[in-house]
Amino acid sequence: MSDSKKTDKAPEKKKKPKKLSKNQRKARREFMRSVAIGGGVVGASLLGFFPVEKNWNPRLRPPGAIDEKDFLAACIKCGQCVQVCPVEAIFLGDLDEGFGIGAPYIDSRAQACDFSCDALQCILACPTEALTHKIDKKEQVRMGLARVVRPNACLAKEAKPFKGTIRGPDYNGLMRITEIDRWVPVKLGEHEFDRTVCDLCVKYCPIPGALDLEPLYENASRDGWLPVVDKECVGCGLCDMVCPVEPSVFTIDERKTWSDT
Amino acid sequence: MSGFVNSLSVMLGAKPLAMDTKRQSEEVRQLHKDKRSPEAIAERNQAMLDEEHMKPKNKWLIRRWISIFLVNIIFVISFYFDVQLVEGALTASRVIGFHFADLNSAIQVMLAHKAFLINLVIGFVTVFVLWWLVGGRSFCSWACPYHLVSEWAEMAHLWLRARKYIKNRELHRGTRTVLYVIFSLLALVTGYTVFEAISPVGILSRAIIYGPTLALIWVAGLLVVEIFFSRRFWCRYICPIGVTYAFVGSISPVQIKYDAVECHHDGACRRVCLVPHVLETTKMGYADDMEVSIGADCTRCGMCVDVCPTGSLAFEVKGLKSLL
Repeated sequence: MSDSKKTDKAPEKKKKPKKLSKNQRKARREFMRSVAIGGGVVGASLLGFFPVEKNWNPRLRPPGAIDEKDFLAACIKCGQCVQVCPVEAIFLGDLDEGFGIGAPYIDSRAQACDFSCDALQCILACPTEALTHKIDKKEQVRMGLARVVRPNACLAKEAKPFKGTIRGPDYNGLMRITEIDRWVPVKLGEHEFDRTVCDLCVKYCPIPGALDLEPLYENASRDGWLPVVDKECVGCGLCDMVCPVEPSVFTIDERKTWSDT
Repeated sequence: MSGFVNSLSVMLGAKPLAMDTKRQSEEVRQLHKDKRSPEAIAERNQAMLDEEHMKPKNKWLIRRWISIFLVNIIFVISFYFDVQLVEGALTASRVIGFHFADLNSAIQVMLAHKAFLINLVIGFVTVFVLWWLVGGRSFCSWACPYHLVSEWAEMAHLWLRARKYIKNRELHRGTRTVLYVIFSLLALVTGYTVFEAISPVGILSRAIIYGPTLALIWVAGLLVVEIFFSRRFWCRYICPIGVTYAFVGSISPVQIKYDAVECHHDGACRRVCLVPHVLETTKMGYADDMEVSIGADCTRCGMCVDVCPTGSLAFEVKGLKSLL
């Protein structure tokens, strides 16, 4: 770090035997240093392009999120949506998300939005309308679409029951079960389900008509059902969270709409 | 008016004006003349020798650190105890229900998103008035969490430098102005809030409230540069947030006021200052008037007030006296 003396004595360019004074040399070094560091800072900020433009890390955004590019522009990265969510479903992006740093997302398998706030609190909390204020009902939300990706793992397909806690007692996901408590979400790790045929996804889907169990076999010689996603689906991911098999039968295609299918 | 323009141009990177007796008032010219007399010089030298044993005060430093701590911890308390005092982060928040928006973050969002957002405008105006009332860049030294860790890095830097392990490398102060324009254009053209991706203020504020993130590695990297390479380089030469608040500070009633009469011109203030170019007026013979307000770039941190042995620098609220 103490190379300044060397550079002081460094031979000057031979083409132009113009002698620079000590102050001029100092100013020139300062200028070069400023360009290098200033350029470095701008360069570092522009690295944020890659994760968003290449879509390295597609994220399920909270209810009401406007078009992804506009969303990243409008979001002021304050996390007020995080603070109001009663089931703590929302997290903020990190460094690896580039310009998505500090922008909210939901990991539906870990903790889905179950609309237990009723009033779309995250939307009301957003100061920049990155979560649009144009909607005020859960049925109007369009986060994405659920899709059955592992039908063979589905318990209902073989008419199997489900009894016990989903994903064991250590799982700390939250979900509102209205027959237990209208206001306080239940800790899923502590809640024992008991279904003669597993239908958790359909039973707890918060959107009427979005998910149905449909019988697989016409003749009654065999029982078996599969969940079928309908166009009412808002992509909240509750089916993904509550699915007791590992990994989940569902995936949520973020930002996909019914017209894309 | 020319003083105001000069204060802005110095903030944006221009060299402070050289001494020019033509600009000076008759009274201050006489003062400088008196101060140059052999008796006055001898008296000052003796006084400066006596002052060497004085310990610098930490009055404003302690107040400021408490302020930064409180401002940032109140977000955490609001979140964890769900008391809804200040919800959000430093970039934008609701303070007992009222919208607040960091001026620079709000500008970035407006440039990138290109839409009229009423809540953001309300938050912007509220915060503008708030920081106008208390000094503009006082945001930096009284609220910014990065400023605090950067002060600690500065202590390490000065400790190493005193032992000649490292030397300080300065950048041109105009760098910050160029970056301000670049980041504004980038937001406008790309439609992304580009600067937010690397803003250590947003990163730190969110980490304090929502828990540590990988992005703290970037902040740590900046601090390493500040310790080993260039003293306070982020706040001095890079941060556009500082420029935004400096514009607010240029018209703020809260100023540091310099009184030329008692000053020993020993330069103690300039050595501790984050932005020593604003204190050029404290050099012997430089003051244009008996009392001078320190320029737009001043963060109102009070370090110079703490360190000044003669009380020549003090906080001032313009118009307060006539109001009372």
